[in-house]
Amino acid sequence: MIALEKRPNPSAFWGYLTPLLAVVATMIAGGLMFAALGKDPFQSLKLIFWDPIFGEFAFYYRGQLLIKAGPLILIAIGLSLGFRAGIWNIGAEGQYVMGAIFGAAVGLALYPAETRWIFPLMVVFGAIGGFVWAMIPAILKTKFNTNEILVSLLLVYVAEQFLAKMAFGALRNPDGQGFPGSRNLAQWSSSSNSEIIAGTGIHYGVVAATIAVLLAAILLSRHRIGFDIRIMGVAPKAAAFSGVNPQRMVFFCLGISGALAGLAGLFEVTGPSGQITDSFNVGYGFTAIIVAFLGRLNPIGILFAGLLIGLTYIGGDAAQAGIGLPGAAIQAFQGMLLFFLLAFDLLTQFRIRWARATA
Amino acid sequence: MDFLGINPVLLITALMIASTPILLAAIGELVVEKSGVLNLGVEGMMITGAICGFIIAVETGSPTLGFIFAAVGGAALSLIFAVITLYFLSNQVATGLALTLFGLGLSSLMGQGYQGVKPPLTSKIDMGPLTDIPVLGTILFNHDAIVYLSLALVVAVWAFLKYTRAGLILRSCGENAEAAHALGYKVKLIRMAAIAFGGACAGVGGAYISMVRVPQWVDGMTAGAGWIALAIVVFGAWRAGRVLIGAYLFGGVTVLQLNLQAAGIAIPVEYLSMSPYLITILVLVLISAGRARALGAPAALGQSFHASR
Repeated sequence: MIALEKRPNPSAFWGYLTPLLAVVATMIAGGLMFAALGKDPFQSLKLIFWDPIFGEFAFYYRGQLLIKAGPLILIAIGLSLGFRAGIWNIGAEGQYVMGAIFGAAVGLALYPAETRWIFPLMVVFGAIGGFVWAMIPAILKTKFNTNEILVSLLLVYVAEQFLAKMAFGALRNPDGQGFPGSRNLAQWSSSSNSEIIAGTGIHYGVVAATIAVLLAAILLSRHRIGFDIRIMGVAPKAAAFSGVNPQRMVFFCLGISGALAGLAGLFEVTGPSGQITDSFNVGYGFTAIIVAFLGRLNPIGILFAGLLIGLTYIGGDAAQAGIGLPGAAIQAFQGMLLFFLLAFDLLTQFRIRWARATA
Repeated sequence: MDFLGINPVLLITALMIASTPILLAAIGELVVEKSGVLNLGVEGMMITGAICGFIIAVETGSPTLGFIFAAVGGAALSLIFAVITLYFLSNQVATGLALTLFGLGLSSLMGQGYQGVKPPLTSKIDMGPLTDIPVLGTILFNHDAIVYLSLALVVAVWAFLKYTRAGLILRSCGENAEAAHALGYKVKLIRMAAIAFGGACAGVGGAYISMVRVPQWVDGMTAGAGWIALAIVVFGAWRAGRVLIGAYLFGGVTVLQLNLQAAGIAIPVEYLSMSPYLITILVLVLISAGRARALGAPAALGQSFHASR
């Protein structure tokens, strides 16, 4: 008979080990899925996880890795703060879209001026766009007790409709012969978020993600707010007694995660994506939820998790081109990973005992 | 009596069809939440049901089999959630999100090669002369079986929760799992059954979108219907009758905005398409304002249960 015994404190050992176990279990389950799709599981896994880094075309894929990981890490860092405090912002995709629209709109209003002040201004407005969009669930939650999960998520669909309107309307390229989509921001030197070091994929978004990781690590381990966030998640009542204002926490966590998601959107639309179209967003806001959990809501963990999930994106593209593995298989693979992570988390919270069957 | 070329009788008929997927998913989720489990994976179960039902219906040519397998598919997916939350004691919010993300990926994977295929027609039930009654005949007696099934489920769930002993036991798991356990009820098995029922309902609801409303297969075609269903359970204060009102209200908004789009009103299509989501948010605000805990919410909603003894 198996018995579960609650640990007095979560196990640090299993805390490190469970993400690795989950990745291994996902590779096994994913391999079975690839086999069911009629693909060689070993070749598929090698194409996804090994070849982009060490294979023949690694020089190309290595740069792509940081381009994919950057936005994921940036968004996941913000989400992790809220998740720790029990504040669930799952509408990062919408905040990402709104950040991109705000920032791009400010830039396009100044077209075709040539000054290096435009890009920083767009960055600021990108953050503001995401922040404003995240303030809607924050205000509704604090003023009207509305569930932030549902509101933030429903706002994703609103943001996507707004994006379509902008791409076909106000932000459409006037010189684009009527095609939808804005001017190409990556090709206009004032707004271009280009590679800082050629061939590495490092653009300003990657730099911002790195800074966010460091600041979040310092915030959580050294700052009063970080302490309050942690205590609010573990023991909300104790937090209230120690003077934590839960409403201010809601504003802080949603505001930070919204601003970071907005930044990610702006860096994407001025760099890798290049223009506002009705489908420039590819779901980073949702995948970042998986990244946050894979990194165990820890900034350094999220850094590694973002790189790994970024790898599944480019590896998935490579496998699609190489052996025709459907793109959706990677999405299912990422979902599976989250299942295994959540299931194995049991090991950090509970001790498993082989108990004698007692009446 | 037409307004902007919109016929009110046809509007109500269309409203019932538009509401049915959300109503099915919401009535299933109502039972799940009454047992104390918050399953945020409704969207994932709906879209999985949508593709399972679609594939079976196309391959066998039978819509009935399609709907049965949509229920099976939705329930099977929900059991993953059940095992991880009940036996691995994971966080229900995070696991529900995982279910949605996985369901969207899985359905898109299964749907490869089914784009642009037409499903077999789900026929309306022949009510004979009843259908010929003016106005009422079109509204009440001119639908397919799933519309009536969804209404029957609302009555059944209401009666089950209110009048039966099993319903009382299920509610006790949602109000105080420890007490239910102490009385000797198998909390985990009861919750598992509730989750599977919710999955089956969501699956049929999803299949109604892919097989009747649209009818074809498009990736991510449920487009937030599962999340609206979750909001409707809150709106309905965890009561079957109010969930029905909520679902029909939102169906009404959806149909009205579609009709306004068709009527070529001067509001851009995108803003009209936003309206169901915005109105859902507005209604959530109205229903939650001024209350620390949502009206009628089960006391143990969202809490893991682990019997230490």
